[in-house]
Amino acid sequence: MASEVESAGPVDMTGYIKHHLTHLSSGDGFNAIHLDSVFFKLLIAAIFLITLLRVAGRATSGVPGKLQCAVEMVLEGIDGLVKDMFHGDRTFVTPLAITIFCMVFLMNFMDMIPVDLLPTIGESAGLEHLRVVPTADLSTTVGMALGVFLLIQYYGIKSKGIATFFGEFLTAPFHASGPVGKILCAFPNLLLRLIEEAVRPMSLSLRLFGNMYAGELIFILIACLTLGSTLGSWVPYVLGPIQFIAGFVWTGFHVLVITLQAFIFMMLTIVYLSMATEHH
Amino acid sequence: MSITITLLIQGLAFFAVAWLVMQFGWPLINKAIEERQAKIASGLAAADRGQKDLEDAQAKAQEIIKDARSRAQVLVDQAAKRSNELVEEAKNSAVSEGERLISAARAEIGAESTRVRAELRGQVAALAVKGAEQVLGREVNAQAHAALLDELAGQIAAG
Repeated sequence: MASEVESAGPVDMTGYIKHHLTHLSSGDGFNAIHLDSVFFKLLIAAIFLITLLRVAGRATSGVPGKLQCAVEMVLEGIDGLVKDMFHGDRTFVTPLAITIFCMVFLMNFMDMIPVDLLPTIGESAGLEHLRVVPTADLSTTVGMALGVFLLIQYYGIKSKGIATFFGEFLTAPFHASGPVGKILCAFPNLLLRLIEEAVRPMSLSLRLFGNMYAGELIFILIACLTLGSTLGSWVPYVLGPIQFIAGFVWTGFHVLVITLQAFIFMMLTIVYLSMATEHH
Repeated sequence: MSITITLLIQGLAFFAVAWLVMQFGWPLINKAIEERQAKIASGLAAADRGQKDLEDAQAKAQEIIKDARSRAQVLVDQAAKRSNELVEEAKNSAVSEGERLISAARAEIGAESTRVRAELRGQVAALAVKGAEQVLGREVNAQAHAALLDELAGQIAAG
């Protein structure tokens, strides 16, 4: 039947997937700026900040409203986690952890929005491509991980002093007594330390990016089930329910994934900072 | 790209999850929030109660102190009054005792002077009789001249 062939065959699935995975960007190569990621990240940051500022501005020391209560619970919970793991001045670490958790969670949450919705709206507004999940963009996650990396170095130097900090590059994790042993251990220590330092931002950024990219991709693949079909064909009636169930299950599962990924990013940041401030 | 069946089904799946979360996830969060609100409210109420109790206790203490003070004042007043009375009484009794002593002394003095005067009068009378005897050169018969002697003695006593 011609209609079947038309509905299932000629739709350009590869083109659809590629279209979905292309950023709205300006510039090429290294200079490319992913405008969609930047826009949505700023939008989410604005929502996050405005919400927090409103709650803070209206905060009462009496019986709090529900929003204030919820914010307090999140803040107290994260502060408790930081207190358990980071033994030092928490005035910066707790707000950092709260910001990381909330921002990563909200950016991940963009994945919950039906995968075709915002690109369709964007297209009608003249935007050719639109990727709405900033954390499914390696630029975003690497940027955040590099920020954390710099903070780790800063906290290391701050708590140990420059001499001890750089001394540990050569004297830890392998300890030796005597000058010969120390010299022998210096090179492996340096190598291990450099690998360790390089692996942290990579694992942080790639874990988050991989999870979110895969999640987005699976939403796109689920969407392919009824791609381009019309009500006149059999496709929506047979594959439609399958797409619905698959989308439902994956959305429900992904709620857990996005929360867990935000939590992992925050926890690892705290752990790295606490390791940086502890002496070997 | 325009609105397609695919997008509609995606929307349905999204709302199904949203419904599920509203149905089963939100009540849990809401319960936790409401428990926290109730805990804060009861904590604040307990603090208010404590504050009020404290104020009540302070007011009560003030009352007791005021009462004790006024009672002490009454006692002090009574004591002052009593001491004044005692002083007054002592003064009065001292005055009356003094007056009594003075009048007794006066009476004694009066009695003594009367007695001495009578004695003197007797002696003067005897002396006068003796003088008269010597002037007359013989004994005066007391019985015979009793009337004369008595009159003389009476004149001496009066003079």
